[in-house]
Amino acid sequence: MPKDGGIGASSKRREDVRFLTGRGRYTDDININNQTYVHFLRSDVAHATIKGIDTSSADAMPGVVRIFTGADFEGIGSIPCGWQVTDRHGEPMQEPAHPVLAQGKVRHVGDPICAVVAESLEQARDAAEAIELDLEELPAVVDMKAAVADGSTKVHDDLTSNLCYDWGFVEENREAVDEAIKSAAHVTTLELVNNRLVANPMEPRVAVGDWNAGTDDYTLYTTSQNPHVIRLLMGAFVLGIPEHKLRVVAPDVGGGFGTKIFHYAEEAFCTFAAKQVGRPVKWTSSRSEAFMSDAHGRDHVTKIELALDADNNFTALRTETYANMGAYLSTFAPSIPTWLHGTLMAGNYKTPLIYVNVKAVFTNTVPVDAYRGAGRPEATFQLERVVDKAARELGVDPIELRRQNFITEFPYATPVAVEYDTGDYHATMDKLAEIGDLSGFEARLEESKKRGKLRGLGVNCYIEACGIAPSNLVGQLGARAGLYESATVRVNATGSISVMTGSHSHGQGHETAFPQVIAEMIGIDESQIEIVHGDTATSPMGMGTYGSRSLAVGGSAMVRAAEKVINKAKKIASHLLEASEADIELKDGQFTVAGTDKSVAWGDVTLAAYVPHNYPLEEIEPGLEETAFYDPNNFTYPSGAYCCEVEVDPDTGKVTIESFAAADDFGNIVNPMIVSGQVHGGLAQGIGQALLENCSYDENGQILSASYMDYAMPRADDVPFYEVDHSCQTPCTHNPLGVKGCGEAGAIGSPPAVVNAVVDALQRAGKDVTHIDMPLTPGKVWAAMNG
Amino acid sequence: MTQVSMTVNGKAVSGEVEGRTLLSGFLRDSLNLTGTHVGCDTSQCGACVVHVDGVAVKACAMLAGEAEGAEVTTIEGMAKPDGSLSTIQQAFQDHHGLQCGFCTPGMVMSAAALLQDNPNPSETEIREYLEGNICRCTGYHNIVKAIMAAAGQDVSKIAAE
Ligand code: FES
Ligand code: FES
Repeated sequence: MPKDGGIGASSKRREDVRFLTGRGRYTDDININNQTYVHFLRSDVAHATIKGIDTSSADAMPGVVRIFTGADFEGIGSIPCGWQVTDRHGEPMQEPAHPVLAQGKVRHVGDPICAVVAESLEQARDAAEAIELDLEELPAVVDMKAAVADGSTKVHDDLTSNLCYDWGFVEENREAVDEAIKSAAHVTTLELVNNRLVANPMEPRVAVGDWNAGTDDYTLYTTSQNPHVIRLLMGAFVLGIPEHKLRVVAPDVGGGFGTKIFHYAEEAFCTFAAKQVGRPVKWTSSRSEAFMSDAHGRDHVTKIELALDADNNFTALRTETYANMGAYLSTFAPSIPTWLHGTLMAGNYKTPLIYVNVKAVFTNTVPVDAYRGAGRPEATFQLERVVDKAARELGVDPIELRRQNFITEFPYATPVAVEYDTGDYHATMDKLAEIGDLSGFEARLEESKKRGKLRGLGVNCYIEACGIAPSNLVGQLGARAGLYESATVRVNATGSISVMTGSHSHGQGHETAFPQVIAEMIGIDESQIEIVHGDTATSPMGMGTYGSRSLAVGGSAMVRAAEKVINKAKKIASHLLEASEADIELKDGQFTVAGTDKSVAWGDVTLAAYVPHNYPLEEIEPGLEETAFYDPNNFTYPSGAYCCEVEVDPDTGKVTIESFAAADDFGNIVNPMIVSGQVHGGLAQGIGQALLENCSYDENGQILSASYMDYAMPRADDVPFYEVDHSCQTPCTHNPLGVKGCGEAGAIGSPPAVVNAVVDALQRAGKDVTHIDMPLTPGKVWAAMNG
Repeated sequence: MTQVSMTVNGKAVSGEVEGRTLLSGFLRDSLNLTGTHVGCDTSQCGACVVHVDGVAVKACAMLAGEAEGAEVTTIEGMAKPDGSLSTIQQAFQDHHGLQCGFCTPGMVMSAAALLQDNPNPSETEIREYLEGNICRCTGYHNIVKAIMAAAGQDVSKIAAE
């Protein structure tokens, strides 16, 4: 029987009402009296020296308030990077400056050169067209391997080369891995590209800066997944505004997927310029602008080798990856191909020896950073592809090869520095066989054949590390931030509750799911509880939402704060009931004295806290409000098994997804409906990566896919209904809710399933195809079939 | 600047616009009807869909001046007269057909137009009709399901959780 409230109930989302009636409040819906509009004049070439900027005619255009150039930002800080990676030799990464507006050079198409502030957006755009730029073009660095070859043009003159770092993990294992591969019975090698993607939340980025001349306070409204992080990075490192004079608000945010984590130049500009012009400054990104200014994702070139013994046990794994950083280091860019990627290379398997090498490279392209999954999809893709290839080379069943090598005992310390707390990979694989009807595949294959279609089945597993993260650990790994989460549980006098959380909801449904947890703990109705988020003025310092961390870390902070509240409320109840505190129980919103019929209602206790007439004032303070900061002591490790069936049209190479099933283990589940929705969305993004999406550059560094005309987003008719299941639950052992996180799984687990399925279809048709790089467009598939 | 007048959600409105002002801009900036969203600049995403004289239109692909005298309905005009959610809106909530909500106004307006023309569409017809509406959050599963449910179809067989 489905529950109708509390943990485990598919409560309908309360936020939907405002979104469905057009009453959401997104950043672009915010207009401040007397505001100005900014338009950025961006570089249309990938690499150039700025010889001159002449704004004289533009300055005189109607409505122009002021035109800013890089010169206005001398003495202003660089956009900071939040993670320092140390290379194989113990040296810190190379870290270039990242100015708010270009200084001396432009380094990618889209690099902002001038900012025109005007009375209207149209006037700002018109004036930008009148600016005369003298750009002397330089050779563009685009290909990663060429970028690190001797004699390459440098993206940054003050760095020694285009190599940001050369990372080895675990460096001490390097020789042993080489040795194991040399002496293996079988080695499967695969070279592949993990295609560059653009996150494309449907809401483009927006920033509105405001400054109060009377108080010298600043407010920034911005499309962010983590307003406190923006306040810290921008306030402390770029503009020198102390936190108490800077408020950052991220109201309703229309999707993030990672790309709204980072601190961007436009945010700093609007905040800075608001004081300079003495009026609010608003920027709304166009979609074309988003393609050349939102941080991109993925873009790895990888060689992976899997060694097996004569019994098909995995004995060693070695990977070498070139990871594109783009022209500057975005906020978390260095951590993605390293700590969020290398640490996941064990996957679901007990491979004893692993060595991961990553060369991070600067190029004249848009910066690359986290996109849904962030490092983990790249790890999963190469691992699950190479395992599949190995099975086919050895003539064994891909599922059986996986099962044979599964980790089965937990906790399990991998050779890549993480310890999985729980999991049951056979269980999710069994569940997959059921929901994906794997035993019925042969019949469907025959049916496809009759219609002249090539059918294929792709299966894979995944593991991810979520709930990011223990602060002391990530500190050792180079993070320049803590990664705890915070919550304040404020009980109002009549018993209703406001929870101020540092997590941020931009589609995840926190406003519905978080109250379910509190309702369960206290036994009151969910409607009595409200979640407040997205504003540094109202929430305690929090690290925000990404890495599938909100419930595992933010939810845990909320539970801890609620526990403190309940403990205090029990003290008050024991006073009111004249009983010992140890005998007080809270259930269904009633405090009772164990073994008696004496009780007092939640609302009476909360009222006593605020109207403390009959109250133990000598022992406890009035009021009922507690804050907790929760710092996890490990990552969480969601895992699962996915399968995809495709049909390939032999005449055109077009691939259609016939079915997709996902069996996930997310630990405990608070709202199954929301969890399914998260998986669905991730699957579509993974299918998009596998079949459709690609951000491409030409050899001059021109971005070729800068609109929805050129960048293929998955549409409703590109995807099927999905079969998803999360009934396999091995609860996380180290957080109070036993939850693992579900936001990224779909995007991590799905690309290899699709590619494995297409390779399967082609091999069944007798084609000698072992790999095709994503996206598997009809042209590529046709060429592979007929090559 | 020219004067435009039209009926929006049943109310007569007028305003001064530049010749280049889009209907989406007029609705958002002049009328403060910010439920109509703008997600692209190439008329591809469908976040801006409204009804003009009963037909679904991308408000970013039409000049405000072109809507002179027209009957326009936006997402703000879709709820029932008593303010409660319409059948389609309710189906989106019941079946979790939205996450961040940014594509949602356009999805609801497109779905309403579809069901007006084709009250009992198949899954394939719905998916094809939604070609012009991009959602990055939901993977479309629950949007398609919600529209089928709004059409009165039994969706209990479609995988949910
Ligand atoms: S804003 Fe109209 S289609 Fe994208
Ligand atoms: S719900 Fe976010 S784009 Fe559709």
